[in-house]
Amino acid sequence: MRLELGKRWSRAHYTFLLRAIVVTAFVVAAAGGGAAQQGAVDLVIRDRVGAQARLAIPNCLALTTDTETVAASETIAEVLGNDIDFEREFRLIPRDTYASVPTGRSLDDLPLEAWSELGANVVLSCTVERISEDQLRFMARLFNVAARSSLFGVEYSGSVSNIRVFAHQLSDEIHRDQRGLEGVARSKIAFISDRNSESVLGLVENRATKEVYFADYDGVGVRRVTVSRSLNNNPAWSPDGRAIAYTAWRPYMDVLVSHIYEGRLGTPAAGTADSQNWLPAWSPDGSQLAFTSNRDGQPDIYIMNAEGGGVTRLTNHPLIDTSPTWSPHGRQLAFVSDRTGAPQVYVVDVDGTGLRRITFESRCDRPTWSPAPFNEIAFAAQTGPGYDIKVVDLATNEVRQLTFGLGTNESPSYSPNGRHLAFSSTRGSGAKQVWVIGRDGRGLRRITSTGNNEMPSWSP
Amino acid sequence: MDSKRFMGTARFLMVGVAGYLTLACVRPTPPVEPDAPDPPPQAAVRPTPAPSPPRPAPPPLQPPPPSFGGEDDLASRTLEDLNRESPLEPIFFLYDSAEMDVVGRGVLDANAEMLQRYPSWVITIEGHCDERGTPEYNLGLGERRALAARQYLVTLGLEADRIRTVSYGKEFPFVPGGNEDAWSRNRRAHFVITER
Repeated sequence: MRLELGKRWSRAHYTFLLRAIVVTAFVVAAAGGGAAQQGAVDLVIRDRVGAQARLAIPNCLALTTDTETVAASETIAEVLGNDIDFEREFRLIPRDTYASVPTGRSLDDLPLEAWSELGANVVLSCTVERISEDQLRFMARLFNVAARSSLFGVEYSGSVSNIRVFAHQLSDEIHRDQRGLEGVARSKIAFISDRNSESVLGLVENRATKEVYFADYDGVGVRRVTVSRSLNNNPAWSPDGRAIAYTAWRPYMDVLVSHIYEGRLGTPAAGTADSQNWLPAWSPDGSQLAFTSNRDGQPDIYIMNAEGGGVTRLTNHPLIDTSPTWSPHGRQLAFVSDRTGAPQVYVVDVDGTGLRRITFESRCDRPTWSPAPFNEIAFAAQTGPGYDIKVVDLATNEVRQLTFGLGTNESPSYSPNGRHLAFSSTRGSGAKQVWVIGRDGRGLRRITSTGNNEMPSWSP
Repeated sequence: MDSKRFMGTARFLMVGVAGYLTLACVRPTPPVEPDAPDPPPQAAVRPTPAPSPPRPAPPPLQPPPPSFGGEDDLASRTLEDLNRESPLEPIFFLYDSAEMDVVGRGVLDANAEMLQRYPSWVITIEGHCDERGTPEYNLGLGERRALAARQYLVTLGLEADRIRTVSYGKEFPFVPGGNEDAWSRNRRAHFVITER
């Protein structure tokens, strides 16, 4: 097992993660916070230290025979499989290899010997049942195959119309219960898209519009946020997940805040033609927004209260200072400046002191500070005609690269647990699409396909 | 605009040269058999179309070249018409730069003159960038280009409140394409009349 694990995490710069996984059972909180998050793992369903449990997720048992329930019994298992696969804490036994295993007779009556033959350490058993016109009841148990015991169980009831949420909820609960890990299966990703592009009215040139949208973290269930028929970009989720700040052209750039559950639109920067504001970034406690503004005649970075007012100036340089991002504790910000001739990433204390440059190669742009426990900044670095996503570790100053020259790769945004990044890429068709990738450079997935989609922001 | 004109001329010359070369290559060699009948004239194969009726004299729609003297029609045009054949020329920039060169300043001088002639006009200077660089950074770069042009116009004596700026970064390229020709024409400050 150790050999396999070593292969799996063989990149040199992840040795700390490897160490964390291998020794978690012995060392608590070693090698920085990364290990702490792994916490009191696995004595539950790992029979040997370091072995990764092999998990099977067969279709649920449909206890009622209507079409929707039967469809749900398959969809939920499939979505859950994708969710589990995404975090890579368990090895999912591919769902198309289960044909030899007989169907379980009830939630608790499983052919465990057959699952054992297939190599499963753990099997998820689930049932779906219609309980009213629009409600389903979903029950699930996780079985340790060797011990023939149930490790964990849940029961949900909810709307027939959104069955994927059963799977996402269960995935997050399994990761929390079994791995001490905050999963991201219920998170959302906001982005901008020209998928419903209408031309901007009244302008000389034929200009496409871009609107803000968001979807589940796997790209399903797209919802439109803005209907301005104008240009909008750089959405940023508030830390409570209830608002999205973004840049809108109306017709001058201003920071708007869409309180998506209240249907309210805020204009905290109160922009005018002479005082334009763009690229908002929430402080970790949600009380403030950092942003770029031309109010003093040059693009500099300012901080204001999230509801408006209390503006302070963070930077003052005649060249471009832009793209602020907050440290997880809110005491520092990183931003981009071309003050040395080409854009590079700098870090500064929130009071404007302690400026230091942290990138030293080609052009380094659009930083995003990782959430704790990781202590790193992802950015887009020019590596040829296009850009690639790179990450600088703030403790060691080591830089690692996540993408390698396929298309141009830009605008990284961390998942709330810090283990994944969303970014835009022109790889493949040449259209800009939103992709997600593990912070170790593995597990690449595309989550959009209609039109051009870019500037992702991962919700809390 | 000099560069544009130059490109136009260069392209014309290139097309001309290419055309000549093509003709030179396909021109048939003279017939070697003197007795061979002449090929039938084109006209026998394709009858000459009847001559089209004489075109009516063009109506006097074409306005005389604008004199910009006060009685001209600029003052009476709608904003949309004005901006379609904008009397205000764009200026162009070098890669990742918001510095104006002598050509750009010359264009701005002419634009300033025009704005002084039409004191009711309010303009927006749009800053645009080529496709290189991130969309986020280019918002700042476009803004710097627009602000630089505005600053220059203000030093020429124009009222600052008649000149607004907006950056569109790399969102609205003027010409598509991933080569220096396209890039050089997309790195621009574009002048739009927003009130008249």
